[in-house]
Amino acid sequence: MIRKLGLALALFALWLLLSGIFEPLLISLGIISSLFVAWLAHRMEVIDHEGFPIHMGPRAITYWPWLIWEIIKANIDVALIIIKPELKISPVLFRSPASQKTEVGQVTYANSITLTPGTITVTVHGDTVDVHALTTGAADEVISGRMDKRACQMEGNS
Amino acid sequence: MFIAASAAIIVAMILTLTRAMLGPTIYDRILAVNLFGTKALLLIAVMGFLTDRPEFLDIALVYALINFIATIAIMKFFRFAHLGHPHENDSLGDL
Amino acid sequence: MAIDMLSWILIVIGGGLSIISAVGILRLPDVFTRMHAAGIGDTLALGSLCAGMMLQAGWTIVTIKLALILLFMFFASPTTTHALAKAAIAGGVKPILDEDRIANKNALEDTENKGKNS
Repeated sequence: MIRKLGLALALFALWLLLSGIFEPLLISLGIISSLFVAWLAHRMEVIDHEGFPIHMGPRAITYWPWLIWEIIKANIDVALIIIKPELKISPVLFRSPASQKTEVGQVTYANSITLTPGTITVTVHGDTVDVHALTTGAADEVISGRMDKRACQMEGNS
Repeated sequence: MFIAASAAIIVAMILTLTRAMLGPTIYDRILAVNLFGTKALLLIAVMGFLTDRPEFLDIALVYALINFIATIAIMKFFRFAHLGHPHENDSLGDL
Repeated sequence: MAIDMLSWILIVIGGGLSIISAVGILRLPDVFTRMHAAGIGDTLALGSLCAGMMLQAGWTIVTIKLALILLFMFFASPTTTHALAKAAIAGGVKPILDEDRIANKNALEDTENKGKNS
C-alpha cells in the first residue's frame, strides 16, 4: 500500500515539475492521471520490490556520489587511451563474482559496471558476471571487488 | 559559447554517422545510431539555450525516451524478427 | 561570475568529450571496444554538458528538466549497452581479445550455440 501511494505521489510530483503551471484545473487533471496510472500499475501487478525499489532510497544517497566519482575517473582513463596516437588497448573477457543476494542488487552491480566506461557486463548468470574490459587495468579494478562491496552495502539486508 | 558547443556536437554527430555507414556488423550500426541519438538530444538541448526557448528541453526529454525504446526495439526485432513475447523455441528469452 | 566560468568550463569539457567518444567509435577495432567509447558519450559528455547548462539556467524548471534527462540516461544507457553486448555475443560476433580469462567457457558458448539454433 505504501508503495502504491508512493508511486502515485512520485508521478504527481513529476507532473508538477514537468508542467510548472499551478492552476486548479491542471493540478486536478494531474491528480486524476497519476491515480489512474497507479491503479493501472496495480492491475498489472508491477508494483513490487523490483518494479519500485523504494527501500533502496536512503542508501542510494551515499552510493551515487561514489559511483559518479568512479565514472569520472574511468572516463579520463578511456579518453586518454582514445586520444593517444598508439592505441594501447588490451581487451579482456573475464568472470567475476557478484555476491549480491537479490536480483535488484545484481542489476545494480551489473549496471554500475556497465556505466563506468572501460568495463561492460556481457552476461549475468547465478552469482557471477562476465565482464568485457578495455584494458587489463580496468579489469583488475573490477576483480579487486571494491564495487562489489559497495553494491552489497547499497543492497542492504532487506 | 553555446555555438561552439553545438559545433562540437555536430562534428561528433558526423563522425558517428560515418561509423554507422562503415560499420561492418549490424551491432556497430545500432551502437552508432544509439550514440547519434544521444548527441541529437544534446544538440536539441543546446539549441534551446541558444535560441532562448526552454520548451526545447521537453522535446529533448521525449527524444531520450524514444531513443532508448527504439534501440531496444530494433535489437529485439533483429533478434527475433517480431516484437511480441518470445516464442517457446526462442531459447534466449528476452533481451 | 565564478559560476559562469565554471559552467563554460563544463560545457567545453562536454563538447570535447563528445568529439573524443565519436573519434573512439571510429578508431577502436571491434563492437565491444567501441561500446566503451560510446560509454564516454553517454555518461560524462552528457553529464558535464547538462551540468554546465544547469549552472547557466540557475534554480528554474529548466534545471529540473535537465536533471530528469540526466537521471533517465543514467538508467537507460547501461541497459542499452548490456542488451547490445548480449545480442552481439549471441549473434556470433567474436570479440578481439588479448587475454581470455574465462577458463570454463561453457556459459558463453552455450549462449552462442543457442543464438545459432534459433
